[in-house]
Amino acid sequence: MTITDRSIEIALTDLAVAAPPGMRADVLVRAGLADRYGRVPSPIGPLVVAWNGLGVALVSSDPDDASFETLHLAVTGRPALPASGGLPGGLAAAIARRLDGDKRARIDLDLRGHTAFERDVWRKALEIPHGEVRPYGWIAAEIGRPRAVRAVGTALGHNPVPLLVPCHRVVRADGTIGQYSLGGPENKRTILRSEGLDPDALEHLAAAGIRYIGSDTTGVVCLPACRHARRISASHRKAFRSLDDAEAAGYRPCRVCRPASGASVAA
Amino acid sequence: MARGARPRVPYGDATLSRAPTFWGVMDTNGSGPDGAHDAEARLIDALAADVDAAFPQVVAEHQDRLYTIALRMLGDPHDAEEATQDALVRAYRALAGYETARILDLQLRAWLTTIVLNGCRSRLGRMARRGSASSSLDDVSESAAPRTHDRYSPESIVHAAAERDAWGQRLLGLPPAQRSAVILRHVDGLSYPEMAIALGRPEGTVKAHVHRGIARLRTILEAEVGPQHEEMTA
Repeated sequence: MTITDRSIEIALTDLAVAAPPGMRADVLVRAGLADRYGRVPSPIGPLVVAWNGLGVALVSSDPDDASFETLHLAVTGRPALPASGGLPGGLAAAIARRLDGDKRARIDLDLRGHTAFERDVWRKALEIPHGEVRPYGWIAAEIGRPRAVRAVGTALGHNPVPLLVPCHRVVRADGTIGQYSLGGPENKRTILRSEGLDPDALEHLAAAGIRYIGSDTTGVVCLPACRHARRISASHRKAFRSLDDAEAAGYRPCRVCRPASGASVAA
Repeated sequence: MARGARPRVPYGDATLSRAPTFWGVMDTNGSGPDGAHDAEARLIDALAADVDAAFPQVVAEHQDRLYTIALRMLGDPHDAEEATQDALVRAYRALAGYETARILDLQLRAWLTTIVLNGCRSRLGRMARRGSASSSLDDVSESAAPRTHDRYSPESIVHAAAERDAWGQRLLGLPPAQRSAVILRHVDGLSYPEMAIALGRPEGTVKAHVHRGIARLRTILEAEVGPQHEEMTA
């Protein structure tokens, strides 16, 4: 019986194995050097969602994989790999809850490569509650750049993760619904309706010159889409064309929708 | 135990079990120490120039060896896959934060090895605290493969895989310090200076761990083949 050290060493050299298939892709996705993508349902049809270890990086309504991958490479500079099993269960559930209005649904976003201004705009848009809208000028004022209304509109148009960052909740100061990057204004209306808002009623108010709604019981004045404005009963609802009119009538601005933000620009 | 029924010292035809694609990947690394050294120098230069652009190549060149180390340390393929992924992601995050000078100073192979071994050690610690460290040692049913076989038969391939499993199990019988030293030296093929860096121990200590580990493997093997000793001489 001869078991030599050498024979053991030779046997050990044979114990190298190949990493499981898919290891490289998994590592690159976790590191944020590549994304995976899959589809989720939404009020405007299936959305393509691309994500990596840092968060969701791109949301689009592209119907076919090839055009999505081209868009993804152009926007992120990274390859997008189809996810055979669709989105991870936790992410799919969080997106469904977010679209359903649950703001506690946590969804990490990977917004690397975008400017600080753009991220400020998108972070502010995230504060607009489900089922409400704010004017572009409101965002500009709230992020401390009251004169940058057009730049806010541009940044919202470049939002890489529409629906998750709710740029559909930002509308024109004149009350019209404004542009929407994800398939145009009709999609914006559809999404707002899915959140329980009536965009036609808002536009009718705006067309009648009404920019603010107050309650004569509380003496508070709101933007028309604010949840506090919408629950004022018809008999106590007071319409105003400007904040000056409301303040002259003794009303104070709502602390939730902060109608004074962007008011001077919007006028 | 089933593997005790196979008295041959097993490595004769084991190369059959190696996938050609595996060698295709490893060979680009250079099989000799110089080739590996050149590949490492090229990779370091590429990382210093652009971590994001070069990191996929780090994964391509090191995933097999890091997975091998993790599998032979932990014994379980799923744990090993997680440990390898975690190590590579950690490595990327560290590299992304390093100054160029620090990247140029890296001993990449040894450094990556340290990261995967740290992960393996903390997993082994967790497994030991859960009292499940030995559960993976019991599943060696494939080892009941036939003892005599044609070199090119399906049986011989099964046999080679079973032999590798058996050696994997024997490695798991070593204390972790000896196991990691033996794996790095004889499975991964690191030099002693690289091992000293990877293990954070003086070369003398590392050598001693390797020698004691091999001696212990011989004891384990002798205990397995002892009962069938007469078959060896028949």
